[in-house]
Amino acid sequence: MKRPAPGNSVIIALVLAGVMGAFAAFAADQAVDANGQLEDPGLQTRFEGITQQLRCLVCQNESIADSNADLAVDLRRQVREMLVAGKSNEAIFDFMTARYGEFVRFNPPLEPKTLALWGAPFFMLLMGGVIIYRVARQRARMPLDDDPAPGQTGNQ
Amino acid sequence: MWKFLLPFAAFVGLVVLFAFGLNPSRDIHALPSPLIGKQAPAFALTDVLDPSHAVSNAALKDQVYVLNVWATWCVPCREEHEALLAISRQHVVPIIGLNWKDQRERAKQWLEQLGNPYQAVAFDGDGRTAIEWGVYGAPETYLVDRQGRVVYKFISPMTLQVWDREFLPRIAAARRGGA
Repeated sequence: MKRPAPGNSVIIALVLAGVMGAFAAFAADQAVDANGQLEDPGLQTRFEGITQQLRCLVCQNESIADSNADLAVDLRRQVREMLVAGKSNEAIFDFMTARYGEFVRFNPPLEPKTLALWGAPFFMLLMGGVIIYRVARQRARMPLDDDPAPGQTGNQ
Repeated sequence: MWKFLLPFAAFVGLVVLFAFGLNPSRDIHALPSPLIGKQAPAFALTDVLDPSHAVSNAALKDQVYVLNVWATWCVPCREEHEALLAISRQHVVPIIGLNWKDQRERAKQWLEQLGNPYQAVAFDGDGRTAIEWGVYGAPETYLVDRQGRVVYKFISPMTLQVWDREFLPRIAAARRGGA
């Protein structure tokens, strides 16, 4: 059998890449709102970042970027309009927090109020470390199983 | 001594946590509104029943009022409607409706068929006013005092029990405070 010429495999690769690209574009197309993408790619990137950081309050465990709830659609429109109006990311997060509360942010800022939230994992890690340290120290003081117990002569 | 006290304290802590966290009467989806104590967002919309007529909360200055967010697609709103009608017959405070992301014709039909507890119903077809108020579901009911501050937000279908327990005392306080 004749091996395909190098030229052929390039064409096959190109066709494959084209098909895969089309699928990728199709998939990306579905992830976009009915209103389509923002024309400015910089704004679109910021839009995606912000909407992934905002909680959809109807479903509560989805971001407004992922949710199809009516409210999420409205909030995406709000974010898009504020971006086009030249608002900063912080201004958009402040707008949402003022109306929906801190819970709307998946990544709440570190403040005195959120100290327990951010600190709890480190506190638990510390407590776990203390417990492990104490248990390990206690075990180190215990005799090993195959050590003869004190007073025994080991005549077996 | 510590060997006993420490696990016991941890146990008591867990009991308190679970008593709060697993309380079946707590609505785990209800969120505190950051609007409480703040100025109620202003709105100027058209009336559901008459698009040429404006409904604005600026007209309610110096009045204690209730804002009820509802829609015809919202099943629990149908559930609370009887209670709202009964409350409106008490003539304690004006109830303003905010018809959220609905269709005017359907809303009209609803009010004609089931009765209208509202002094006026603002039509928020695109949901922009609802965003200003931090609405994330329906029904939601807000109480606004004479200074135009949001005093209370109730998330769930309104009942006469909730009205008597949560709203009436706050309305009385809002009246005293704003005298």
